[in-house]
Amino acid sequence: MTQPYRLSAGGRIDRARTLTFSFDGKRYTGHPGDTLASALLANGVHLVGRSFKYHRPRGILTAGGEEPNALVGVGRDDAHFTPNLRATQVELYDGLTSESQNRAPSLERDYGAINDVFWRFFPAGFYYKTFMWPRKAWTKFFEPRIREMAGLGRSPQTPDAARYAQRFAHCDVLVVGAGPAGLAAALAAAKTGARVILCDEQSEAGGSLLAEPDAQIDGLPAAEWLKTALAQLAAYPQVKLLTRTTAFGYFPHNMIGLAQALTDHEGERSDAQPRGRLWQVRAKRVVIAAGAIERPLVFPDNDRPGIMLAEAARIYLERYGVLPGRRALIFTAHDGAYRTALALHRAGCAIAGIVDLRPNAGGPWVAAAQKAGLAIYPASTIATTDGRLRITGATIKPIAGGSGQRVSCDTLLMSGGFTPSVHLFSQSRGKLVFDATLDAFLPGAPAEACSVAGSAAGVPSLAEVLASGAEAGAAAAGGSAVSYQVTNAPVAQGGFIGAVPYHGDPGSVRAFLDYQNDVTAKDIALAMREGMKSVEHVKRFTTNGMATDQGKLSNMNALGIMSPVLGKPVPAIGTTTFRMPYTPVPFGYFAGYARGELFEPERRTAIHSWAEAQGAVFEDVSLWKRARYFPRGSEDMHKAVARECRAVRNGVGIFDASTLGKIEVVGPDAAEFLNRMYINAWTKLQPGKLRYGILLREDGFVIDDGVIGRITDTRFHVTTTTGGAARVLTMMEDYLQTEFPELNVWLTSTTEQYAVIAVQGPMARKVVAPLITGADISAEALPHMSMVECKIAGVPARLFRVSFTGELGFEINVPADYGRAVWEALMASGKPYDITPYGTETMHVLRAEKGYIIVGQETDGTVTPDDVGYAGMIGKAKPDFVGKRALARKAFAEQTNRKQLVGLLTDDPTLVLDEGAHIVADPAQPKPMTMLGHITSSYWSETLGRSVALALLRDGRARTGEQLYVPLATGNARVSVVAPVFYDPEGTRLNG
Amino acid sequence: MQRYSALALIKQSLNGHKGWKPQWRDPEPKSSYDVIIIGGGGHGLGAAYYLAKKHGIRNVAVLEKGWIGGGNTGRNTTIIRSNYLFDESAALYDHALQMWEGLSQDLNYNVMFSQRGVLMVAHNVHDEQSFKRHVYANRLNGVDNEWLTPEQAKAFCPPLNIAPGMRHAVTGAALQRRAGTARHDAVAWGYARGADALGVDIIQNCEVTGIERDATGRVTGVQTTRGRIGARKIGVSAAGSTSLVMEMAGLRMPLESYPLQALVSEPVKPIFPCVVMSNTIHAYISQSDKGELVIGAGTDSYVSYSQRGALHIPMHTLEAICELFPIFRRMRMMRNWGGIVDVTPDRSPILGKTPVPGLYVNCGWGTGGFKATPGSADLLAYTIAKDEPHPINAPFNLERFGAGRLIDEAAAAAVAH
Ligand SMILES: Cc1cc2nc3c(=O)[nH]c(=O)nc-3n(C[C@H](O)[C@H](O)[C@H](O)COP(=O)(O)OP(=O)(O)OC[C@H]3O[C@@H](n4cnc5c(N)ncnc54)[C@H](O)[C@@H]3O)c2cc1C
Repeated sequence: MTQPYRLSAGGRIDRARTLTFSFDGKRYTGHPGDTLASALLANGVHLVGRSFKYHRPRGILTAGGEEPNALVGVGRDDAHFTPNLRATQVELYDGLTSESQNRAPSLERDYGAINDVFWRFFPAGFYYKTFMWPRKAWTKFFEPRIREMAGLGRSPQTPDAARYAQRFAHCDVLVVGAGPAGLAAALAAAKTGARVILCDEQSEAGGSLLAEPDAQIDGLPAAEWLKTALAQLAAYPQVKLLTRTTAFGYFPHNMIGLAQALTDHEGERSDAQPRGRLWQVRAKRVVIAAGAIERPLVFPDNDRPGIMLAEAARIYLERYGVLPGRRALIFTAHDGAYRTALALHRAGCAIAGIVDLRPNAGGPWVAAAQKAGLAIYPASTIATTDGRLRITGATIKPIAGGSGQRVSCDTLLMSGGFTPSVHLFSQSRGKLVFDATLDAFLPGAPAEACSVAGSAAGVPSLAEVLASGAEAGAAAAGGSAVSYQVTNAPVAQGGFIGAVPYHGDPGSVRAFLDYQNDVTAKDIALAMREGMKSVEHVKRFTTNGMATDQGKLSNMNALGIMSPVLGKPVPAIGTTTFRMPYTPVPFGYFAGYARGELFEPERRTAIHSWAEAQGAVFEDVSLWKRARYFPRGSEDMHKAVARECRAVRNGVGIFDASTLGKIEVVGPDAAEFLNRMYINAWTKLQPGKLRYGILLREDGFVIDDGVIGRITDTRFHVTTTTGGAARVLTMMEDYLQTEFPELNVWLTSTTEQYAVIAVQGPMARKVVAPLITGADISAEALPHMSMVECKIAGVPARLFRVSFTGELGFEINVPADYGRAVWEALMASGKPYDITPYGTETMHVLRAEKGYIIVGQETDGTVTPDDVGYAGMIGKAKPDFVGKRALARKAFAEQTNRKQLVGLLTDDPTLVLDEGAHIVADPAQPKPMTMLGHITSSYWSETLGRSVALALLRDGRARTGEQLYVPLATGNARVSVVAPVFYDPEGTRLNG
Repeated sequence: MQRYSALALIKQSLNGHKGWKPQWRDPEPKSSYDVIIIGGGGHGLGAAYYLAKKHGIRNVAVLEKGWIGGGNTGRNTTIIRSNYLFDESAALYDHALQMWEGLSQDLNYNVMFSQRGVLMVAHNVHDEQSFKRHVYANRLNGVDNEWLTPEQAKAFCPPLNIAPGMRHAVTGAALQRRAGTARHDAVAWGYARGADALGVDIIQNCEVTGIERDATGRVTGVQTTRGRIGARKIGVSAAGSTSLVMEMAGLRMPLESYPLQALVSEPVKPIFPCVVMSNTIHAYISQSDKGELVIGAGTDSYVSYSQRGALHIPMHTLEAICELFPIFRRMRMMRNWGGIVDVTPDRSPILGKTPVPGLYVNCGWGTGGFKATPGSADLLAYTIAKDEPHPINAPFNLERFGAGRLIDEAAAAAVAH
């Protein structure tokens, strides 16, 4: 288990410890400090993946988050498995298990590579031009085939075992990127006492300093300076350094999203620790010091394993002590690659030559390479490369033409220069400005309180990078910049965008821009030939920039290809918009704590635990759990509900109504406020009286209802539907603050403050009365629709004489903490009458027998008060109320053909219609049928010994007596239209 | 028009694909047109295509301020279905669905219309009541929609979590099998190519900045960033910007514009066979042919014209997705974006004439107009050509808000995609 490409010294890995890991079932070793990519390279493994479309063999291209090729699946088991991770970012741990993707049966022999043989038939956008015949074949045949070919890794099939955390933070200065610019910025800001957060996506802070053997800062070797800088930062209590933390999104008002990986690098950790944490940081100022990303050169066959970015190779060498190969050819338009060549040369790697696109590159790095005797080919290009699973050589040609020269190599290192990481700045809506000398978009005028420093701003040398960081940090915190003395860090310059000149038939070569999506220079040309002239069209047509690196490597080269063809400068073509996230972020980070019970709070009433102990079956009503029925023994819902209904109609039932929304409306103008909100008139309602209120939206449709009690002249107890509580309060506040600010009214939600117990049935008073002190609740003293404040079982209560069942009834409001005690007292008091707890289902049946509507069931946002027969409740004398003007509109004023609430009785009394079924006059008519209405409520009525239904029916009230049909899956049911009250229409029982 | 086919593809493959022609020209605007369509989204391009194809009106320009398809057409999550509740809506959306079924062939452009089925999951009694009402109404309207038990839903969509212990357990689902998805860009491009071939000028980077009218109030042309262009009739199909464009003709529209966000994961091998939507936990998901999970939910809370939303919206969306599909919790968000959607008070579109003679409008599709593209384009073309609405779009007039004849789909189903 040797690591043949590992150097014996150097780098930031810990050679004292050896870690074992596997890739595609083969075992290898590495060291702490390695990434999966560096460890694979140390073992001589370059072939790590297959591309998306052509299944080309691919190697490790980069050393960072922009990696397009080396995507792997990692995880000990399916519950810990993540596809598409970049091997360049996966930190090595002992026992790490990884696999390659998009290949079958193996990386070396992949059937999908047949696409590569027939590549000519699959140009960009080929699928738009074919697979159209026969019509059904697309969905049934072609699309499934295409889908199987597409996709990279495999999704896990087992629920994720990990937990996730989230945090909010505020700071004075957030610094993104802990390279030299970010460190200098953080130091300068911290010195002023500012609260600083410094984050970096890598495992260690330092950025480019982690691979910097030469430069000296303030007399210290870069690595030493880094140590002191970090020690200084650590000494500030108000500075937080977050590593493994990616600033992934820039949101309005300087809100930055950070994704912090917590345990992935530790391997087999218990799932008790959160795996990652999402931060939402609100920063006074942001300094973006996110560095720059090296660009590939676009030349024929530039994608073989062993072809790598030059700076990445230098990082593998300096940071991980790994040689990318034994014989490297360099292809560049930037001086940095000379530095790589020199470093590799020193480390014992043969340099097959340095091919430079530029005719007369100069500067210190070029001079040093010349001095070291490296073969340099100026004004030259690479016409092709060879090798199948690993590059074996390349053909060098002068740009001017002439004969080519093949040189052999096992590694080709390229550099097209660097693209500043302006992603976050662009996300913040800052303007980008094209710099033609750098061939790069640079940050221009910011849109938020932020600045950009270091190579992210196109700053070239280490000295200037440190200076720009210090200046940005000081400016952000209102301090003064320090200056740094930098020696032995010569500037590296150059760059190229577009496809490099190559010789030969452009139709027969493939030069890749977007490696993962297999987009070639030819595809870009094809898109333009087909009339795609906007960069966005080219992107979408070719999929360039739509791979998992989101164009970090390919966008500038695409612009470089388009510009000469369209005859427009790059800025006139524009760049595609940068969007969050900067690099992919697991869904779990966003979902955070919200899972299972914490997904949404479960609201439970004070009586919930009692109902649970009785074996109640619950239903979800908005966030509440409500007891739906209380089965006894082996009863099903039907039987239980029948029994509960009988109990209420003949004896007494008890019902937990606590979930009803409650709003305390208080103030000298409370009655006037309700006059303006509800359709009803409130001025004349006496204290101690109740009234059923209807609330409309501005458009005249019923949105809520509820009983409202006047406690005193200036105090109302308003109830709302369970689901409507928050909505109604918000609506009231909205009107109060924006429409009626002159009214002297206060609104307070009291939903949770009261437990509400309904006691209903002919025996109700017998149950309640013995527990009451301080009030007379006889029929004379407390008639239907009145209320009194008193004590029940010693607990202060608002006692409402009200009924949603049609029986004599009380609704008892007590402080929630006493809810269960009062409930149990009522149960005890009701024992002689066999008091029966009932649930929402029974409540629904009983109210339907009476024709009482449920908002959301009889109404659906298209129903006016008149539609449900409640027009009489409208306070006619009122100058205005919400929705009044809308009710005067033509469609309502004419009142023709509106759907109205009716009752329906089936010919077959045992048939319970399906709710939602529709009503027609002639079930034999062809489709589309003329529908007259639909069933809103439908139940078996135990009381009546038959089924009953409520419906909204066109011109319904005029159709009383008509016979109509309800087509069901089981056949057409004939129904008769009746009034929507099936039980005690005179209301004698209510008033008992 | 250069025909596309497998054979053409093979032929071109043998000559390096050098013979492909531009899919549409890039003409300079003429001084005037019979009809100008403002907005080069799917709806506008399609309307131009049908004007030329069905009504013989070929002196037509589509003016697009950016690049065609760059508005909501190129930003949406492409859910196509027609199982709307009300008769008017069912007729409108099913008209579109029927056109989708032959669109690739009609345009000779594969728009990848994939009838993989849309499953709307119910989580409580209220959902069930509402979905069943849809199922019943759809059946009688001749629109397919069926009710599934949780087990049937799981069989149709294996990744669905139907565990009863869930916070919002799945209690059933409504399935429209003819529903599905399509490739959004291809819709814009296919219409552009088809319209161009019939003589329509597609003019990009041409923002309309003013609408000219004569003394009678009738439209006479537009001012644009590329100069004045005359027009006898103008159709506005500008989605999120409609209120701004209509203001140029002095009309205030009953529209509010909101950002609507969507996101995709990194691509994975096929795992998700259909489209799943949940109103109650508020999210929807499908998998693109590239392998990305395509995910969305509701609009942002505040009106805005900036194509950019707040972070808490995708957070809530992913909470919901992870709850319904806990196997996706480790999948990673690759890209998030927003579009501006134009929302009417009743969540139904406005498609018809306006009080300004010669000015027609198609808007208010809000979060769910991609599915209507062929239908709405067809009906807009009809309305412009005949100067009167087709019976299908007649109810979707601008006057309905004043008159109170709303078609309130939102009332019965909160999510309108
Ligand atoms: C994130 C998201 C997800 C969605 N998901 C779905 C879905 O799953 N299913 C569904 O059916 N619908 C969905 N929609 C809605 C759907 O995208 C739209 O309803 C539909 O695409 C609208 O098409 P359009 O052609 O009218 O508008 P657009 O494509 O927006 O076209 C309008 C065009 O007008 C142009 N324009 C505006 N002002 C001017 C001017 N002054 N001059 C010139 N040109 C101008 C714009 O640049 C734009 O290109 C979604 C929308 C979004 C944003």
